[in-house]
Amino acid sequence: MTGKFILGRYVPADSLLHRMDPRAKLILIFLFVCVVFVANNPVTYGILLLYTFAMALLSKVPLRFILGGLKPILWLILFTFLLHLFLTRDGDVLFSIGRLEIYEGGVRQGIFISLRFFLLILMTSLLTLTTTPIQITDGLEILLGPLKKLNVPVHELALMMSISLRFIPTLMQETDKIMKAQTARGVDFSSGPLKQRIQAVIPLLVPLFISSFKRAEELAVAMEARGYRGGEGRTKFRQLHWAALDTVMLLVLVLITVLLVILRT
Amino acid sequence: MKEPVVKIEHLSFKYGEQEEYALKDLSLEIYDGEWLAIVGHNGSGKSTLAKLMNGLQYPQEGTVEICGIKLTEETIWEIRKLVGMVFQNPDNQFVGTTVQDDVAFGLENNGIPREEMVKRVDDSLKKVKMDQFRHLEPHHLSGGQKQRVAIAGVLALKPKIIILDEATSMLDPQGREEVLATIRDLKSTNKITVISITHDLEEAAKADRIVVMNRGRIYKQGTPEEIFQMEDELVELGLDIPFPVKIIKKLQEKGIFIDENYLSEEELVEKLWTFHSGK
Repeated sequence: MTGKFILGRYVPADSLLHRMDPRAKLILIFLFVCVVFVANNPVTYGILLLYTFAMALLSKVPLRFILGGLKPILWLILFTFLLHLFLTRDGDVLFSIGRLEIYEGGVRQGIFISLRFFLLILMTSLLTLTTTPIQITDGLEILLGPLKKLNVPVHELALMMSISLRFIPTLMQETDKIMKAQTARGVDFSSGPLKQRIQAVIPLLVPLFISSFKRAEELAVAMEARGYRGGEGRTKFRQLHWAALDTVMLLVLVLITVLLVILRT
Repeated sequence: MKEPVVKIEHLSFKYGEQEEYALKDLSLEIYDGEWLAIVGHNGSGKSTLAKLMNGLQYPQEGTVEICGIKLTEETIWEIRKLVGMVFQNPDNQFVGTTVQDDVAFGLENNGIPREEMVKRVDDSLKKVKMDQFRHLEPHHLSGGQKQRVAIAGVLALKPKIIILDEATSMLDPQGREEVLATIRDLKSTNKITVISITHDLEEAAKADRIVVMNRGRIYKQGTPEEIFQMEDELVELGLDIPFPVKIIKKLQEKGIFIDENYLSEEELVEKLWTFHSGK
């Protein structure tokens, strides 16, 4: 999970995107995901590409860092490209290698689909790069609020999410501690055949599970003692502020959508 | 006589199928502004008693009254506002993602308006001297700091009573001193009743009154000095009197009298090395 991989990582900075309301960002992404499917010719894809890179620049996260972090996805994109390249039989034959024929439509389709894929991943990465998980949770809780009427436990889900986020570092520390304790007792985590290594994980997981259950129980008691009784009548400390910036950013994307609808073929 | 804020009468309680009662016919009054230590070895019923004062369990026989309100299923929310609790494990009571979110948790639960919430979070963090850490996440804090945040979370609700349920037992000596100093400070500046549940007699030594529990009953109660008189009896109950108290007693046997009843280890050292010149 460590290293350069950037999916789901947050990079603190003071940028326009960082300052945006998470609700606005979530709506923006949702809209973008739909808009990507509107594009169907070089001009429309060009516009989307420009827009996405403009957003990446606005995030103030170094472009090199973002692209470097997306490297593992590159193979997937390449695979998508090749798949379309070889399997689409549309338009003129460009050239053939032995019995394999490459069509013009294949090249185009390959480029478009992999570009679409790339844009989607880049934009969603921008969301997580500029928004803390807890902000995303808060944003989702409010956006999904209306679902409460359909008996979807939105508040409970959001609380579960925020408690999980809060406990990730705690459990990581604990895992580390248990690993050291088991290593001291002679468990070898890092060498040997795969089967042995998987078996070595068991003495790690069992104590971790037991302690997690204990934590959950104690946490529930502590929450109850502090007056927790569900989402009803609860006020919120963290607040989200919808600013002019958020409206502007959304309007820009709406305008681009209109442009794309006009320019698509 | 001062008003009792907690009034427990003929309280009995046992868990599920267990044969033995966790608490048996227990009566106790706790007074406003008092620091009461409840001590006893594991399984003496002291934690159960704490849970019954906060409505985490209900009495099976007898009654629990907090500030004149009888504990029933209808009044628990009322009572939980009056009685704040700090638990043993610093991590497992930290709900918020940051310090200030955690302090706000109890306020959110009680539907306090946001402006008021911001003010109270601010105040309580200042009271426990954690205000400069307000944006930190829990894994960047020490155990003692986390417990101070837990105390702030309790204070924000403006309770009458704070129960510390073994709140210092998982801390290192420094963290423990931090937490106890915070409590002492709060007790002197705010009018608040402190009930500390502990098996550490050194912590109990600073209390106004000690209740010794054994097998679900009150074995004995009195001031720390009175309780520390029963040295051997305490050892039989699985408790041990603090080391400085032992030293002072031994010195007394040798005819050297130190006029203070209880001293921490440091205070004792200070006293001893200046003993001669101080005369």
